[in-house]
Amino acid sequence: MNGAKDSMKQVYYEDIEAGSELPGLVKYPTTMQLVKYAGASGDYYQIHYDKDFAIESGLPGVIVHGWLALSFLGQLVTDWLGEGGALLKLSGSYRGINRVHEDIICNGKVVKKYVEDGKNLARLELWAENPAGERTVTGTAVVSLPSRG
Amino acid sequence: MSEASAVTPELEALLNVDLGPDVYEIEKGMLRRFAEAIDDPNPRWLQQAPPTFPAALVPTGLLHRLFNAPCPLTRLLNGASELEYFHPIEAGDTIAVTGRLTRLRQVAGKEGPSLFMFTEVTYTNQKGEVAVKGKNTYIRY
Repeated sequence: MNGAKDSMKQVYYEDIEAGSELPGLVKYPTTMQLVKYAGASGDYYQIHYDKDFAIESGLPGVIVHGWLALSFLGQLVTDWLGEGGALLKLSGSYRGINRVHEDIICNGKVVKKYVEDGKNLARLELWAENPAGERTVTGTAVVSLPSRG
Repeated sequence: MSEASAVTPELEALLNVDLGPDVYEIEKGMLRRFAEAIDDPNPRWLQQAPPTFPAALVPTGLLHRLFNAPCPLTRLLNGASELEYFHPIEAGDTIAVTGRLTRLRQVAGKEGPSLFMFTEVTYTNQKGEVAVKGKNTYIRY
C-alpha cells in the first residue's frame, strides 16, 4: 500500500482553491464490463445486457448502470485524493444515458474549501459526459485533505 | 389514464418500514471482483471497499418488495445515489444492511407519469458502527 503513496503525488489542502480541476478520466465500458458489473453488484436488470429487452423498454440499446458511471466518478476522486485524503460523501444524479462502446468522460473541480471541526475539507462538483457532450451524470463529493502544516 | 395514481396500496404500505437486515460477510474475492468490474486498478481495493461498493450490498428485503409491488408503471430506472462514509468497509467485516422507503412522489411528464421512490439504506459493521449511509432514488415510468 505504501508503494502507491510513494509513487503518486499527494495533493494537499494548501494546493487547491475554488476552481481547481481534477485530472480527467475517460472510460470505455463494453457489454462485457456491464455483465461483470451485474455479477459483482447483483444488479441483473436486463436493460444493462439484453439489447432486445432494452429496446422494448424504450431505450436505444443496452445502457450503462448508473452506479457504474458513478463508480468512474468515484475513481476520479480517489485517484486524486491519494493515500492521504479521504472521501466523506459521494453523490450522483443520473440525467442521461451512457451507451456501451462509447467514451464516458469524467471531470471534476473544487467548488469550495473550508475548515470544519479541525478538518480540511473540500466540496467537489463532478460530472460525466457522453461523446455528444451531454452531462449524463452530475454529482458532488465532500473530501478531507491532508495539510502541509 | 395518466391521471391515475401509481401509488398502489402495496407501495404505500412500504413507507417508513425498516426492512432487513441482509447480512454480508465481506470477502477479499468480493472486493477484487467488484474493483475489476468497475475497472479501478487501485491496489487499495484488494483490502478496502471502493466508494460505490455498497451498491453490491443489496437491501433485498426492501428492493424485492419495492420492485415487485404491483404498479401501473412497469419500467424502472435508477435516478440518483448518495453515499456518506463514516468507517471504511474492509475485508473480514460483516455488514448488516437495512433499507426503507421514505417517500413516494408522482409527477406528470410529457411522456406520461413517473413515480419517484426515495429510499434510505444503512450499512452497519460488526462493531455496531454505522459504516455508510446511502440514499437512492428509483424512478418508475
